[in-house]
Amino acid sequence: MLELENLEITQSGFSLAANLCLGEGQIAAVLGPSGGGKSTFLMALAGFLPVSGRIRWRGQDISGHSPAERPISMLFQENNLFPHLDLRQNTGLGIRPDLKLSSADKAAVDAALARVGLRGRGRDLPRTLSGGQRQRAALARALLRKKPLLLLDEPFAALGPALRRDMLNLVEDIRAEQEATVLLVTHAPEDVRKVAKTCLFVEGGTVSPPVETAKFFAAPPPAFRAYLGT
Amino acid sequence: MGARAQPVSRTTQFFGAAALLIVAALVLAPVLALLSKATFGSGWAVSAWPSIRFTLFQAGLSALISVAVAVPLARALMRRRFVGREIMISLLGAPFLLPSIVAVLGLLAIWGRSGIVSDALDALGLGPLDIYGLNGVVLAHVFFNLPLAARMLLQGWQAVPAEQFQLAAQLGLTPRARSRLIEMPVLRGAAPSALLVIFMLCMSSFAVALALGGGPKSSTIELAIYQALRFEFDLAAAAQLAIVQLAIGLAAATFAFRFAKTTRFGGSLGGPARHWDSGPASRITDALTLGAAAIFILLPLFAILAKGISGLAPGLPPGMLAAWGISVAIALASTALALTLALSIAHLVDSSRYGSRIEAFVLLLLATSPFVIGTGLFILITPFVSPFALALPITALVNAALALPLMLRIIRPALGRVRANYGALADGLGLAGWSRFKLLTWPQIRPELGFAAGLAAALSMGDLGVITLFAPPDTQTLPLLMYRQMGSYRMDAAAGTALILVASSFALFYLFDKGGRRAGT
Repeated sequence: MLELENLEITQSGFSLAANLCLGEGQIAAVLGPSGGGKSTFLMALAGFLPVSGRIRWRGQDISGHSPAERPISMLFQENNLFPHLDLRQNTGLGIRPDLKLSSADKAAVDAALARVGLRGRGRDLPRTLSGGQRQRAALARALLRKKPLLLLDEPFAALGPALRRDMLNLVEDIRAEQEATVLLVTHAPEDVRKVAKTCLFVEGGTVSPPVETAKFFAAPPPAFRAYLGT
Repeated sequence: MGARAQPVSRTTQFFGAAALLIVAALVLAPVLALLSKATFGSGWAVSAWPSIRFTLFQAGLSALISVAVAVPLARALMRRRFVGREIMISLLGAPFLLPSIVAVLGLLAIWGRSGIVSDALDALGLGPLDIYGLNGVVLAHVFFNLPLAARMLLQGWQAVPAEQFQLAAQLGLTPRARSRLIEMPVLRGAAPSALLVIFMLCMSSFAVALALGGGPKSSTIELAIYQALRFEFDLAAAAQLAIVQLAIGLAAATFAFRFAKTTRFGGSLGGPARHWDSGPASRITDALTLGAAAIFILLPLFAILAKGISGLAPGLPPGMLAAWGISVAIALASTALALTLALSIAHLVDSSRYGSRIEAFVLLLLATSPFVIGTGLFILITPFVSPFALALPITALVNAALALPLMLRIIRPALGRVRANYGALADGLGLAGWSRFKLLTWPQIRPELGFAAGLAAALSMGDLGVITLFAPPDTQTLPLLMYRQMGSYRMDAAAGTALILVASSFALFYLFDKGGRRAGT
């Protein structure tokens, strides 16, 4: 269980509060208008922004932990790979940040790359890959890190519908295999309906507690209707 | 993400603090030595005043002329597109890497008593030019700093959105109105910092004063220090003068920090042509300006090349090889030291909350003229050991200090860029310490490191400053050898040395710069 108790994120002229619990093993969609604070919310959970209040994971307070100590892997919209390292190295960072990999580690890296559909691309540099392939490589690294919380900040926003569907399937598979809890920021209602069990709505300086997806869409908050334009 | 939620790491603190201590000691210890030695009794001002006045006057005049001439030059470069424009802009960077003493030799070949211009004037019965004294010092300073000023102004101009020029053309603004609406704001932004930077550079360009100044009427403070130390061995007088130089330097630097904007070195200054905003008359003016500037900069360079080749024809002069070895060794040592210090300090500056203050402190410390540091070191070590014995290590040390501010200005923004692009990603993965440097920082900032190291090496290679205070008669760097050759009127040999020196400086710059970019992504 992820518990946010009086969590408050304050940046110059902007603040966001969250008070909620999120059950494990599900994909939760994070919805809301642009500039509403969805990315800020994820960045704060991952430890990149100073916050007040408590973040508890399985009862343990992790608010003071450094980003690397948190049980979290996060995928950004872009720049998830270091451009000067090849895919094997980029992925291998998920096992050992100093890249001193044993042969077993290397086999695990190759397997993870194969798992996301990048078999044999290990020596390639990120710039030779398409946007979707780069995000797959980042997912492979998240696979290896085996962190129970996966935060996805619109990492598939730039992909076409078919590719995005593939990626969502991959995320769903990873969730099932690793019993991970996924927070997915997205602008696409069809994505939400497809994979998300619950929805968090970020608007007006608050993150509202999770609502089951079906219920959320049956009775959307007025702000969400305005956002959808329906 | 620019957030700095993470505390500064121990390693960064340790290396940064150590580097800061070294730099502070390197500057403050000599200054303390100077203060302890300098006694400002009555009468010192009378003897020091002429050199103070000359220093301020020539620096001010050089800065004014450089910027005044740079305005039409930058304007022409901005609004014209012609074959060779890129080359011309690169050429504007060349004097920066050109060793001062070499430039002086090139200028002498054109403007000197027996130079091309004097010969032409002689044929007209107008007599030869006299390049020694104020004329020559200012001429050399303009040669060095006109290109710098033009680049700084050009950057200012390029920051103006293209739409403003289009709008001016569409509205049919007269040249006067356009100048008032667009050019004046740019100049108001860029000219003061250009003036200040050039003033500071001209305040402490010892080699030019050494070669072209001299005599009671045209001696800079640094030249007076040199004479006090080298010929009169009057430590107290040298200390007094050094304190004065220090005070003026610090005042100018403090002033400069208020106005100066970061100058971008290297890189092309491209952008779309804006030639629609001018008529035929301005086209002719621009062509004349560009032509004159190109000739002014190129002629001395060609003279060095031509004279150097003929100077080398009889074979390498004695002492050249040894001097070359010493120069290269000093350049490599000072580059390594400067790179280590700059990296350590840049990391601290980039990650600490007080970063900008630390950076200002370091830049201010190093605005102290290297010559002042050298004088202080001379006074500091003289009671214990002969200054001659430590000539080479001290030159390397001071050259490193000389290069440090420049390196810091290149490296720190690069570190900031890496943090902005990949900081969160690396933090999330726990990439820290040495691994982070090796796997992330180093590969990412290699181009900047190579460029900065190249500049440091070339500057050290061509420097003729502190070495003149310390060098025993039988030890010399290439620039010193060249100066000694000029002093004994062996101009052909000096030209040969100049050519080797320029080639070596540019080669060092090229090798480091290239090394940084190799396999870069």
